[in-house]
Amino acid sequence: MTTENIHHVSASLGDHLPVLVVLVPFVAAPLLVFIGSRRLAWSIAFAASAISLVISFLLLMRVIGGEVISYHLGGWAPPLGIEYRVDAANAFVLLLVTAIAVVVLPFARESVRAEIPDRQNTLFYALFLLCLTGLLGVAVTGDAFNVFVFLEISSLATYVLIAQGSYRDKRALTASYDYLIMGTIGATFFVIGLGLLYMATGTLNMADIAERLVDQAGNRTVRAAFAFIVVGIGLKVAIYPLHLWLPNAYTFAPSAVTAFVAATSTKVAVYVLMRFMFSVFQPVFLFEVNTLEFIILPFALLAMFAASFIAVFQSDFKRMLAYSSIAQIGYMLLGIAFLTETGLTAAIVHLFNHGITKAALFMGVGIYALRLGGSFLDDIEGAGRRMPWTSAAVVIAGLSLIGVPGTAGFISKWVLVEAALEKGWWLIAILIVASSLLAVIYVWRVIEVLYLKAPKGDVIVKEAPLSMLLPLWVMALACVYFGLDTDLTISAARAAAEGLMAGTSGMR
Amino acid sequence: MLVTTAITVVRTRSLFAIVMLSGVFSLLSALLLVTLDAVDVAFTEAAVGAGISTVLLLGTLALTSRFERPVRRSPLPPLIVVLVTGAALIYGTMDMPNFGSPEAPAQTHVSPDYIQRSPHEIGVPNIVTGILASYRGYDTLGETAVVFTAGIGVLALIRLLRRRRDGEGNTKEGASLMRHHLILRVVTKLLVGLIMLFALYVQFHGDYSPGGGFQAGVIMAVAFILYGVVFSLDQVQMVLPPWLVHKLVALGVLIYAGTGIYSFFVGFNFLDYSALNPQHPEHGQHYGILLVELGVGITVTGVMVAIYYAFAARPPILSDEEW
Repeated sequence: MTTENIHHVSASLGDHLPVLVVLVPFVAAPLLVFIGSRRLAWSIAFAASAISLVISFLLLMRVIGGEVISYHLGGWAPPLGIEYRVDAANAFVLLLVTAIAVVVLPFARESVRAEIPDRQNTLFYALFLLCLTGLLGVAVTGDAFNVFVFLEISSLATYVLIAQGSYRDKRALTASYDYLIMGTIGATFFVIGLGLLYMATGTLNMADIAERLVDQAGNRTVRAAFAFIVVGIGLKVAIYPLHLWLPNAYTFAPSAVTAFVAATSTKVAVYVLMRFMFSVFQPVFLFEVNTLEFIILPFALLAMFAASFIAVFQSDFKRMLAYSSIAQIGYMLLGIAFLTETGLTAAIVHLFNHGITKAALFMGVGIYALRLGGSFLDDIEGAGRRMPWTSAAVVIAGLSLIGVPGTAGFISKWVLVEAALEKGWWLIAILIVASSLLAVIYVWRVIEVLYLKAPKGDVIVKEAPLSMLLPLWVMALACVYFGLDTDLTISAARAAAEGLMAGTSGMR
Repeated sequence: MLVTTAITVVRTRSLFAIVMLSGVFSLLSALLLVTLDAVDVAFTEAAVGAGISTVLLLGTLALTSRFERPVRRSPLPPLIVVLVTGAALIYGTMDMPNFGSPEAPAQTHVSPDYIQRSPHEIGVPNIVTGILASYRGYDTLGETAVVFTAGIGVLALIRLLRRRRDGEGNTKEGASLMRHHLILRVVTKLLVGLIMLFALYVQFHGDYSPGGGFQAGVIMAVAFILYGVVFSLDQVQMVLPPWLVHKLVALGVLIYAGTGIYSFFVGFNFLDYSALNPQHPEHGQHYGILLVELGVGITVTGVMVAIYYAFAARPPILSDEEW
């Protein structure tokens, strides 16, 4: 089946690219279960992700100039049928998600072998593919209800993947259960919001909804719909007060799952939030502007400080990174709350840069867990000397997390500060820099433990296998590359931001 | 009545009663849906909510205790959240169009198009089926994938727990006990065939009357589960071995997606069933719907049976001496 699909990528069927990017992993997952071979599972999963990566790169190249591709599923034109709508914003997200999948999978092979029994292999990779499918489907669609359907696919797969961590630590089960409850509440809120929107507009196509909402700014049904959708997606994004599921879920999940989920799923949720805020609801609505300024903005700032502050006191490296993720999401929300093109560009660039940074860091954690038996700061004492390659990559990614010049993290924070200054919000610009100092503290704690402490015990520790080092270094080098050459990221993010800010006209 | 049931569920401590009451709740909501003229949905709700999930919950109950442990925690924060949510919902209803109003956007925008166009474009009398399987067929494919994900997810989780099966001697009542009830066995033998027949009717008549793959899949699964409960797991697994169930789970999704992929080769968009018969698009649509509904039915049956197997295999199998 996969070979058949490679065949489709050829130019003659190039028009089908928007659906193929989702369809390849989609079909590969049941195929994997159908074949039921443990040995083939990984190869099929990797092949499918790689094909998707190629397709999403092709898609991004097509739309980076501001074009919009619309694909009618089932051949039915949009409001009646479901539409896939690719513009710079979602093509960029597609690229991030597929790239992370392709990099994490080779890493996963060793890591999964160590953390999960072999008999689970088929199901594990099938679920991995379904998670990927769901995230891609959410990103690519132009239909509001279709978002919900694919969100469910990815969420269900994620819950189970997290629970697979219970071979190492039984707490993964409760962590996954918490996430399941929170995630389901989020999904329910989202679907209630969609129901209210349908009631007010009679359609489910995003562009169509946007068009019919234009003169309904004061409609209280629409306001309630907005609130429900923001809270529902907010749970998935882990907006600050709604983040309670995240630390445990990230900490107890298998290393490979954490690396993939942390780098993609909250990012896709942020994208959905942006899509609904800018393409479906109009940013000119006073209600929305108020929500952003008085609710999202303070919580974003709170997240940046509170979550970073908690991260400083963690004794588990993995958990520290989980809290840092919540703080980083704060930066993205801040970019959105600026309601300017530069602000959005910052949010989208940060979404990408933080994705690759966190993927690198969580892979590093996975390697420590494999070789040293855990990711607590006690466990990794002196690892800098025993595992020089791994630790060097972790340091690079850590610097990117802080936002040191020359790394990807610097670029996104730079654009964010620029956006704040553009609005004349001096205080916020200072706060952004100040919160980065907190990141310096927690990253420094790790570096100190890695290099300045003597290794514990005399056990000889081997450097990580090449199949894990390579993906780690790819991501670490990507952190540096995108810190020096910003051509792809900034221009794609700017095109995406322009498309989003254009509102309805951007969709039609 | 719905509200009363819901409140009782929250206040009751006996898990057994709660399971039964949630079955009642599902049945009531199915009735509510019937009065709202959403027969297809009501059908699913009755089959899934009142039928399968009650059975599965009972199966789970057999593995744990029958009573909930009292929890002491401040009910205040959750109460506030619930009140705020309720208030937001009521706020949202203020500008809602009146119930059943013909001027409501939901009635005037897309729906008339569906109603006018589907008879000649789809060639299927049941408009709901037409919308689900064709106009919004991709969503239905997604829903099938959700069922598929849930199914393999449960399998993955159950396997996870397999090693911890030790010393649960108190679950004696259960499948094997019923082997000695002659009446049950005879009635079951009579019923299983009829249920399967009914499932097939619902499956293939879904384009004329309420029904379709989801409902049929559930009903079909009920036939197997009933057989398994009354006779024994071993016997039903002789008819339908677990490896076959796993294949079925995946096969259904593959049939659905395959139907869509076929349309690529003939130069149509994904899931455009007109590709099946380009000269008569409406016939193509009809074939397409039958095919994808078959895929849905197979996956749903597979998943339901697989979940049942997974749960039923959990209690330690009793040897004859033990009772």
